[in-house]
Amino acid sequence: MQVSMTVNGQAVSGDVDPRTLLVHYLREDLRLTGTHVGCETSYCGACTVIVDGKAVKSCTMLTAQAEGAEITTIEGLAENGDLHPVQEGFWERHGLQCGFCTPGMILSAVTLLDENADPSEDEIRLGIEGNLCRCTGYHNIVKAIEYAGAKLRGEEPAPAEWEVNA
Amino acid sequence: MSTTSALGGVVRRREDPALIQGKGLFVDDVNLHGMLHVAFVRSPFAHAKITSVDTAAAQAMRGVRAVYTADDVRHLGLLPAQAAAVGRPLLADGEVNHMGEAVAMIVAETRAQAQDAVDAVEADYDRLPVVIDLKEALANTNLVHEGVESNTLITWTAPFGMEEDGLNELRAKIDGYKAQDDVVVVSLEMVNQRLIPVAIEPRSVVAEWHAGYQQMTVHSSSQSIGAVASSVAIMLGIPYNQVRGIAPEVGGGFGAKLALYADELLIPWAARELDTPVKYTETRREAASNTIQGRGWLGTATITGTRDGQVLSYEIDAICDLGAYCQDLTVAIPFLGVFVGSGQYAFDTRMQLDCVVTNKQTTDAYRGAGRPEAIYYIERIMDAYSREIGMDPAEVKMKNFIPSESFPGATSPVGFAMDTGDYAMNLQAMLDSPEYGAMKLARDELRSDGKLVGLGMSTYVEACGFGPSALVDLGFSWSGYGQPSAFNGSGLVRVNPDGTANVIIGTGPSGQGHQTTWAQIVSNELGIEMDKIRVTHGDTKDAPVTIGTFGSRSAAVDGSATFEASRKVREKAARIAADLLEASEADIQFADGGAHVAGSPDKRVEWAAIAEVAYQPHRMPGGEEGGLEAHAIFSPGNATWPFGSVACLVTVDPDTGDVSIEDWVSMDDCGNVINPMIVDGQIHGGIAQGVGQALFEEAIYDDEGNLLTAGLIDYPMVTAVDVPSFNLSRTTTPTDVNPMGVKGIGEAGTIGAAQTLVNAVVDALAPLGVKHVDMPMRPRRVWQAIQDAKASA
Repeated sequence: MQVSMTVNGQAVSGDVDPRTLLVHYLREDLRLTGTHVGCETSYCGACTVIVDGKAVKSCTMLTAQAEGAEITTIEGLAENGDLHPVQEGFWERHGLQCGFCTPGMILSAVTLLDENADPSEDEIRLGIEGNLCRCTGYHNIVKAIEYAGAKLRGEEPAPAEWEVNA
Repeated sequence: MSTTSALGGVVRRREDPALIQGKGLFVDDVNLHGMLHVAFVRSPFAHAKITSVDTAAAQAMRGVRAVYTADDVRHLGLLPAQAAAVGRPLLADGEVNHMGEAVAMIVAETRAQAQDAVDAVEADYDRLPVVIDLKEALANTNLVHEGVESNTLITWTAPFGMEEDGLNELRAKIDGYKAQDDVVVVSLEMVNQRLIPVAIEPRSVVAEWHAGYQQMTVHSSSQSIGAVASSVAIMLGIPYNQVRGIAPEVGGGFGAKLALYADELLIPWAARELDTPVKYTETRREAASNTIQGRGWLGTATITGTRDGQVLSYEIDAICDLGAYCQDLTVAIPFLGVFVGSGQYAFDTRMQLDCVVTNKQTTDAYRGAGRPEAIYYIERIMDAYSREIGMDPAEVKMKNFIPSESFPGATSPVGFAMDTGDYAMNLQAMLDSPEYGAMKLARDELRSDGKLVGLGMSTYVEACGFGPSALVDLGFSWSGYGQPSAFNGSGLVRVNPDGTANVIIGTGPSGQGHQTTWAQIVSNELGIEMDKIRVTHGDTKDAPVTIGTFGSRSAAVDGSATFEASRKVREKAARIAADLLEASEADIQFADGGAHVAGSPDKRVEWAAIAEVAYQPHRMPGGEEGGLEAHAIFSPGNATWPFGSVACLVTVDPDTGDVSIEDWVSMDDCGNVINPMIVDGQIHGGIAQGVGQALFEEAIYDDEGNLLTAGLIDYPMVTAVDVPSFNLSRTTTPTDVNPMGVKGIGEAGTIGAAQTLVNAVVDALAPLGVKHVDMPMRPRRVWQAIQDAKASA
């Protein structure tokens, strides 16, 4: 069947098997492999993308359901080569280790900060509950989102907490 | 910013820009022209004879290119493993021994076609009695493997190397302690349950055969790509240098991507058979049932000690669940528990670990691998003993630690030489920390509010940084994969004609930030700017030895090799610089991208000028040969022995049994630290995995051997709301077994965590009379413990 949508600001269209999941269309047809498949059961959140402003697990959505939608994947987050403040926060605060959950985690954090510009630590933790990370224990992901929140509000982020060797 | 980096400095990770923009390359992102896709037909039964496998219907399906069974691959032999008392066939051969074992392999043009064809394969089975319960396995009520006369494949005992006579004498000695007046004997049977490692990236393999060059390229999401490449070479009957193994980004490993898997051989084999690239990516369900699992001990720990806190002896008798087959280091994992023995303590210790096969998936290395289990038992029983005699656990620990005067060169009660340690200093540092003080205050406050609140503590020591070449003699090496080297490190440093450097290392990350850390090591030694150093890992075409990342070994072993290679390059460069600057070689120093004469920063040459001489050999001083590179193999004198102290505060909801972690303090000691940011990150993640074991995770097989936790909905993972932010601090006790004094930190967080939480929950419930709660401490189990305690009160 024919589908068309906007992905990272570009109009795209294609012919897909009706059973094609959005994540497979993004990864295999559009070759946007930054969106990852971790569990196929909408549990881990590695496949999270932004669909019409909402964080959506793209393994739980058919490509056909995205007809006419506006989609942002991790590849479309930086603008003109400038990292989004959430991306910057993950880099500055060591919010990633293996990087596999990171695209989904970053996109969830973007929508979280869209909805709540100054979240508390508990609100951040609740906001990313649907995205699993096995590497970081979430500690630095929370710090990364706090960093990004401050940047987006035009404030100076809290200093990093590393205990540097003397 | 272009800077050089000192060890101990925070440097943002160089691997991050690609990963935060979705531009990293994971194996499943590899997409080759004409690539075929694989799906496996898997056994629904845990133990059965295979009476027939009919593949005709599947073979006739659209897009299906081949269907293979044991008949097609039997000639390839069993899956290579390092310690394979019972090896695994590449495809089940006449019998299946755990649910999910692969019976047939389908290769089709699309993944969907391959998966569709799975249902068209008709396999018939005659079911056999299953062995699930560990005590029944030990009793040989039923046998897992026909022809293997006991389910117990090996029994590890400690002290290490002690013969039966000696062990009997030790038993008699401990019985003597127990018979003394005024001693207490505290004993608990405890479960250290089976876990599923759950890297968020499923394993994936892509193979391409170049018939013209007789060259195989295998991409695999592996922690030990050298073992994959050499095993593929042996299987295909071609030399090692005709196989190129590539592990690009690896999306989490935690030990589970260390073992060699049948698909890592079958996919390259099929790619050559069909002369077409082939890919296989496991599903989450396959990741649960067919990637190795971890832990799985049922043990009784016993402390005999005086009423004033002097422990006389520690004993552990445990049954360790190996699963159906030996893969990689399966039987050796419990032995790593013997390594750490009774942890940091100086008392008599006796261990007996019976390792049994069962009709479940294989167990192997999972973060900590044997050491979290061993430390769990000693630290839980030390806590129970402290509680029994009414003493502060910290005070009991202080009384029984191996004294700091014994280091360096202490020998543990189970007979292993340890490097460096100062356990009392480290524990005191935690007790004195403001974070721990705040935690105690919070406990008292919550208690006065009438909450069920508990403060738990644990200390730990681990043996890691493997390792010394001589471990080959104990069976620890990759020789089973055709890699004769022991767990040595490898590092190659080359300064290029333009003054940039390439660093090629024999290990690769699955999130640990090797590109950053290794560049720091080289930058620190050579004074070359960080952004002029390129680190290559995970490619067997470049590195002569690629053992990999596991056992918290990379920095201590491969890092040390890289350090030594850098030093060799520096010495040669110093001779060139001395000649150019007409100075003494001893006065040459390296910093800020070049060499200068000590005390005269203006007398300076850039690295490019030094390299220019090295690549024009006629200009080399003293007729020395040209070039500016060095390779080093490093074998440490011993494992390293990091240690630490951990405490946490929990509240327990008496109505639901829900455990909530209010605060966490860790005081770790991993020796010198190369990048504090990365070290902290390793500890955070390690703690969370220990929390997962303590509170949520368990691989559950029913009586028929069905894995009931094959998806993430049934296997609850730690989410962001389940953990607090962690308070981390460090003491620094450098090791003396490597030149940088680093010990390794990949597993320490996990090793210290689980029992800290159990000790905290028991502390909370002790007023009700609860003495132990087995992991995972899910609400229902905790609630039940509260009800049982109330009923018997």
